[in-house]
Amino acid sequence: MWVVLTYANSMTAIGSLPEPMRRRRDLAHLSDEALVALIARSDESALAELYDRIGGTAYGLAYRVLRDEALAEDAVQEAFLGLWRSAGSFVPERAKASTWILTLVHRRAVDLVRREQRRRAEPLEGAPEPTEVSAEEAAWLRLERERVQAALQLLPDQQREAIELAYYGGYSQSELAERLGQPIGTIKSRMFSGLARLRELLDEGAERTSWTYTS
Amino acid sequence: MDLHELTAGYALDALDADECVRYEAHLASCERCREELQGFWQVSTALARAGGGPQPPASLRDRILEQARNERSNVVSLRRRISFPVLSSVAAVAAIAAIAVGIWAVNLSRELDDAKDELAVLGDPNAQVFGSANGEAKLVVAKTGKAALVVGRLAPAPEGKDYEIWVFEKGVARRAGLFERPGVAILTRRVEPGQMVAVTLEPDGGLDAPSGSPLFTASSA
Repeated sequence: MWVVLTYANSMTAIGSLPEPMRRRRDLAHLSDEALVALIARSDESALAELYDRIGGTAYGLAYRVLRDEALAEDAVQEAFLGLWRSAGSFVPERAKASTWILTLVHRRAVDLVRREQRRRAEPLEGAPEPTEVSAEEAAWLRLERERVQAALQLLPDQQREAIELAYYGGYSQSELAERLGQPIGTIKSRMFSGLARLRELLDEGAERTSWTYTS
Repeated sequence: MDLHELTAGYALDALDADECVRYEAHLASCERCREELQGFWQVSTALARAGGGPQPPASLRDRILEQARNERSNVVSLRRRISFPVLSSVAAVAAIAAIAVGIWAVNLSRELDDAKDELAVLGDPNAQVFGSANGEAKLVVAKTGKAALVVGRLAPAPEGKDYEIWVFEKGVARRAGLFERPGVAILTRRVEPGQMVAVTLEPDGGLDAPSGSPLFTASSA
């Protein structure tokens, strides 16, 4: 069921929202971080559960950067196997498990895209809505996407461009400087100001309508 | 440029390799940046969720679980490899990031000592970075002359062999450390401006003088 909170601690609510719910009943109540602790003890069902929660987003992200199904699968597979091998050293105080995995996937994807010399920074045309998730989840994902897109639209064009080309296109700061014909210092400050502003906008948005999920 | 301002580029995985190395080393000693990075990572996570890509095929899940099952028996032997993943432009020194951000705790004391040395070199904001002739390694020399070799694509040394680092002193190759696989290797000898550094493949434990031809060289000039 959906619960609207009057106030939630800014964006922390976003990371804690679950993804697909094809989960084993006994693990369903565990946090992502607790699953990582089980994965550190080589618990395969915990790995499966975590994949079911984050794998869809991870693949979507890798595909957005790489625009290639096989490469996107490689990026996701390497990230999850990296997690499997080194889960024991994850420190939950430092970052959320979902952030950790998505960062691993993104780095891998960016690394591959730079090697492949293929860049497709433009948005996906007619990206299909996730089909293998429940109606509530699809609704949440859409809402979340709209919220982030709306915040992006509020940024000055040049800041939005720098962030989108870097994150979704895999361009490094020096590559962006070359592509946009700007000094690298300009690119760095656009990226910093843009991301700081985006954080504020998302925080504000999260305070106005804070959604969280309880099962 | 103030290193703090690189936090955004780092959270978006948009730093160039050299700067990534510097920033990660800086992160280890900067609480403000660590805090800021956590906030920026929440934004990049939101961007990840908002990207709108398609769903993965079901076969991907099966493949990951099967591979995990196969690796289960030798998880321990893989650990060491994970702390130095194959270096690439972005994941340049994941081991440093690990320590800095605390994502991967490093719990072997030998690795911690290595890490301290690495930070002394890579964390020096005045350190100079030189590329190797073939671009597969970077030589980082701190102001003190303490130096590290950041090795990118290189096959792990075969059984019974080590990679040996040499610093050329007045034309003579002096031993400067051993390593077995790509990653960060701290030189046991200081590097003066203009000196050349080379790497050869030698028998386990290294030799007093190089026997093979250099795999790559870098000059600190």
